[in-house]
Amino acid sequence: MKHLIPDFEKMKERFPAGFESSLVLPCLHRIQADRGFVADEDIDGLVAYLGVPRVQVEEVLSYYTMLRREGIGRTHLQVCRNIACSMRGAEGVIEHACKRLGVKPGETTADGQFTLSTVECLGSCGTAPVMMVNDAYHENMTLAELDRLIEELRQP
Amino acid sequence: MTGRKLIMNFEVTPTSHTLAEYKARGGYATLGKALKMAPADITKEVTASGLLGHGGAAFPVGRKWGVMKPNPGEIHYLCANADEGEPGTFKDRWILENAPHLLVESMLITSYALGVRHAFVYIRGEFDLPYRRIQGAIDEAYAAGLLGKPVPGTDFALDIVVYRGAGSYVCGEASGLITSIEGRKPYPRNRPPRLTVRGLFQKPTVINNVESLANITGIIRMGAEEFRKVGTAKSPGTQLVSISGHIAKPGVYEVEYGYPWVKFLDEDCGGMLHGAKLKCVVPGGISTKVLTRAEIEPLTLCHESVNPAGSGLGSGGMIAIAEGTCMVRFLQVLLRFYHHESCGQCTPCREGMGWMHKIIDRIVAGKGVPEDIERLYAISEANDGTTICGMGDAAGYATVGILNKYRDEFEYWIANGRSKLDGRLECRA
Repeated sequence: MKHLIPDFEKMKERFPAGFESSLVLPCLHRIQADRGFVADEDIDGLVAYLGVPRVQVEEVLSYYTMLRREGIGRTHLQVCRNIACSMRGAEGVIEHACKRLGVKPGETTADGQFTLSTVECLGSCGTAPVMMVNDAYHENMTLAELDRLIEELRQP
Repeated sequence: MTGRKLIMNFEVTPTSHTLAEYKARGGYATLGKALKMAPADITKEVTASGLLGHGGAAFPVGRKWGVMKPNPGEIHYLCANADEGEPGTFKDRWILENAPHLLVESMLITSYALGVRHAFVYIRGEFDLPYRRIQGAIDEAYAAGLLGKPVPGTDFALDIVVYRGAGSYVCGEASGLITSIEGRKPYPRNRPPRLTVRGLFQKPTVINNVESLANITGIIRMGAEEFRKVGTAKSPGTQLVSISGHIAKPGVYEVEYGYPWVKFLDEDCGGMLHGAKLKCVVPGGISTKVLTRAEIEPLTLCHESVNPAGSGLGSGGMIAIAEGTCMVRFLQVLLRFYHHESCGQCTPCREGMGWMHKIIDRIVAGKGVPEDIERLYAISEANDGTTICGMGDAAGYATVGILNKYRDEFEYWIANGRSKLDGRLECRA
């Protein structure tokens, strides 16, 4: 985590003075972008760097669904299953993804390539169904497009 | 056409979100005008405009601002609520992606009016392009000297921090949002004190929805009187309606308040998908009660028309539902969502959402009992007004709205162990 401190310092500059506590979430985002998840040593490092209680970092980590304590596959597929997406075929997309990848939602393929997750509304209801591939939205998903994406992303 | 436009009034191109093009459209000229006005006069103008909040509650923006009495030397904060998460809603995303400088200019004007030195944009963590666009616009504004140091010729300066959430519906609730920025889990807070009295780190804070703020520049540019000529007497201006579901042309439409509802669906949105018939519509986010085709027939899209019908325009997240859609499965998806997103602070919501989710799952599994319908009603009622934030209430409204109108579908599933329709949410050709 120590190598990220220059980045943390840059983030800090944008905040008003006395907002160290606010940096917990942005720092955790940054750590996760770097490592793929938040490890025990990151928590130790962040507590020391920000001077906030350890329980606060744990509380934030355990609450927010986007933060992870364990690594996942190289490609994270997150399919929205909320109402607007379900009305436009999300259930079929999830079923198809499970079959294609041989996993259930929440699981990672044996080769460590894909993790499949189902998520609630991504705010892309007008272009439903929507799936996130890592950070990027893929809208108006079809089964054919899902097949194409999986082929494209699967590394030899 | 859905009436006059105040926000979506330019052609979207791959570069229309940039500072250069925003300025070419007259952008940041209103900031100059605002900085020549007395701060209190800006609040007066916004109050006179009758602008209603676009986050869902339609609270008058001017009245919210009016509670915060800017005292020179004291700290005040402004937060733009870009944690768009109410299912069915994706209109703030349009502003963040396509008109980020309109939000920045509006936040500058608002901050000047309210004596704010530091402002925040709280954006949901999943929004990637919207985040890059608003952060890009803010970076451009810093480079152009509009942010970070006194605006030339004045002693007014503003810093804007973009704060990314991490996947939590409750952060869209104003006090939950503030708690999140404070670096803790986003438990909403009891009022009073209002956030405009004690908000972020106990300092007076105004939290406005992105679309509400985006209207400020237009109001100051044209003046309250001109603004009020758009829309209706009780709902001045326009609303960004994000429509999804079984509709031929889903998307974001700027609708002038008072526009006929059925005309909007049938003509502007191209009617229903695959020529289906409209069963009912979620007016403004899933927490607003569904209205049937017959109910919306005489209505126009404005608060004074929709509210008496027992629902509301909410966040503008409209979902069109075709005949044949199973409302039991529909409610199942909603209740799973509410259960998932309950923050767990208040017992009625934490437990109630779980119970309701279990009951609806049991019904869909064919193991429902006749009393389950009354139980759903009872839990909805028990939640109403007994939780710190409105989420517990909202889940109840959505549930009661569907049960009242489609009780037969629930009774059928309980009695027969299967859907009265064919249990689908999709609309097939």
